[in-house]
Amino acid sequence: MTHAIEVNNLVKTYKDGTRALKGIDLSVEADQIFALLGPNGAGKSTLIGIVSSLVNKTSGTVRVFGKDLDADRQAVKSMIGLVPQEFNFNTFETPYDIVRNQAGFYGIPAKVARQRTEKYLKQLQLWHKRDAVSRGLSGGMKRRLMIARAMVNEPKLLILDEPTAGVDIEIRRSMWAFLEDIAVTGTTIILTTHYLEEAEQLCKNIAIIDHGHIVKNTTIKELIKTLDIETFIFDLDKNPDPKILEQLGAIAKDEASIELSIAKDECLNSVIMQLDDAGYRVISMRNKANRLEELFVAMTGDKSQTNKEQTHG
Amino acid sequence: MVNTTYVGIKTLMRKEINRILRIWTQTLLPPAITMTLYFIIFGNLIGSRIGNMDGFDYMSFIVPGLVMMAVITSSYGNMVSSFFGAKFAKHVEELLISPMPNWAILVGYVGGCLFRGLAVGIIVTGVSLFFTDIQIHNIWIVISTVVLTSVVFSLGGFINAAFAKKFDDIAIIPTFILTPLTYLGGVFYSISLLPEFWQGVSKINPVLYMVNTFRYGFLGVSDINIYVAYTLILTFVFILGFFSWLILHKGWGLRS
Repeated sequence: MTHAIEVNNLVKTYKDGTRALKGIDLSVEADQIFALLGPNGAGKSTLIGIVSSLVNKTSGTVRVFGKDLDADRQAVKSMIGLVPQEFNFNTFETPYDIVRNQAGFYGIPAKVARQRTEKYLKQLQLWHKRDAVSRGLSGGMKRRLMIARAMVNEPKLLILDEPTAGVDIEIRRSMWAFLEDIAVTGTTIILTTHYLEEAEQLCKNIAIIDHGHIVKNTTIKELIKTLDIETFIFDLDKNPDPKILEQLGAIAKDEASIELSIAKDECLNSVIMQLDDAGYRVISMRNKANRLEELFVAMTGDKSQTNKEQTHG
Repeated sequence: MVNTTYVGIKTLMRKEINRILRIWTQTLLPPAITMTLYFIIFGNLIGSRIGNMDGFDYMSFIVPGLVMMAVITSSYGNMVSSFFGAKFAKHVEELLISPMPNWAILVGYVGGCLFRGLAVGIIVTGVSLFFTDIQIHNIWIVISTVVLTSVVFSLGGFINAAFAKKFDDIAIIPTFILTPLTYLGGVFYSISLLPEFWQGVSKINPVLYMVNTFRYGFLGVSDINIYVAYTLILTFVFILGFFSWLILHKGWGLRS
């Protein structure tokens, strides 16, 4: 199995003494969308920065598609496209110039550069803004511009650091569709995200990083299997009285809704029967969306402590 | 790889030249206005009372020095503003993640500075024609000196910008080092006017060698040996060039 990334015993200590990575080992298989999760300051951006040559590592090895970062940095760079967390383009330039120039920096000849610039600006719905000064673009457009720029060298590995932060739901879903489309073409995608729904939707495998360590590296399915409690929301035909809440061990949510956590092996029939006996009709029922989030919080512990100890992302 | 590197250098130079032309009122116009004032005040008004300098009327004497002063200021200023701006706004990362070799990034930026330096030099020379006739003793010395000097100060600007953490840091060197060196570098006078001790002190100023070599190209007179001057200028190019490359290679001031 080819690995898009193989990281061994990677350590990063910043000049101020902060140890952002404390000997990380991580392998990411090619041809997939992989999620890297972790609270602020956990070391995600540092790891991405090292792989993309924006941060110097202290020790350890990094290989991208078998090429060693130290021995063959230019070959590694030519295989990567990066969408950073912060906007990092010249806001006085136009989207067209930004994307075309990036193609030039990757050594792509002018004619091909122009074709690809048009292709990716169109795919990211920015073609109509190609000659606008990029400072005036909306937040979502700026983020899509960075994706177009990262795609122009048609990388084997696309790294996105919180790509959908601050964009509306419609654009987020269109960006998910775009990422799924390019993953199909054989581009390996690594993304960090705070939206756990995003990881659940897009990724097969996931690593959770905290305090500079990988605390979990598994499939999302396996991760969710480890949850022994599931939370459901029942929408009822009327407001529940305290008695039924106490009887079920549930809590009232919005008007005429209750939230109930039950063991994974417990049958839901008894819950519905108890509601029925008490004169309530169940209008609808759904699984609480943030089940991965519960697990994530449990694994990464106290975030305030994390932020205090580590200031570098 | 050679071809892809060439494409990268061409792209970076084009980007830099577009920037210079886009903001021409900040990059090309001010030196023309400043130097016109120098020509009027020092050349016409005061210069007419000074008389000859090294056998030439004062206006003819100061033209090469003023052109060189404009080239030095523009080359240095272009690099610090462009590279520090790119670092400050983080779009230097576009280059740092790309497979462009470090030397090629340096060549691209220096090429942009050279364009501005030469454009300003031509503009100021053009302005000087309204005030005096220009003679050229050796065109190749004129061209080689202006190109090498522009490269030296572009590289100096690069080092300044790489280590600068805030905008104040890119203003300190031009104000407290570059301007005194230029004004005391024989732009307005021949060091033969100075007492022997101060002539010796002046000779540790590298700008003196550049200005005098450039003036030699125009007038055929110089306070210093031009072979020594070329050796010194080339030494600066290699030392500053190597140090600038090392900055990119190690990521000093650029990568955490």
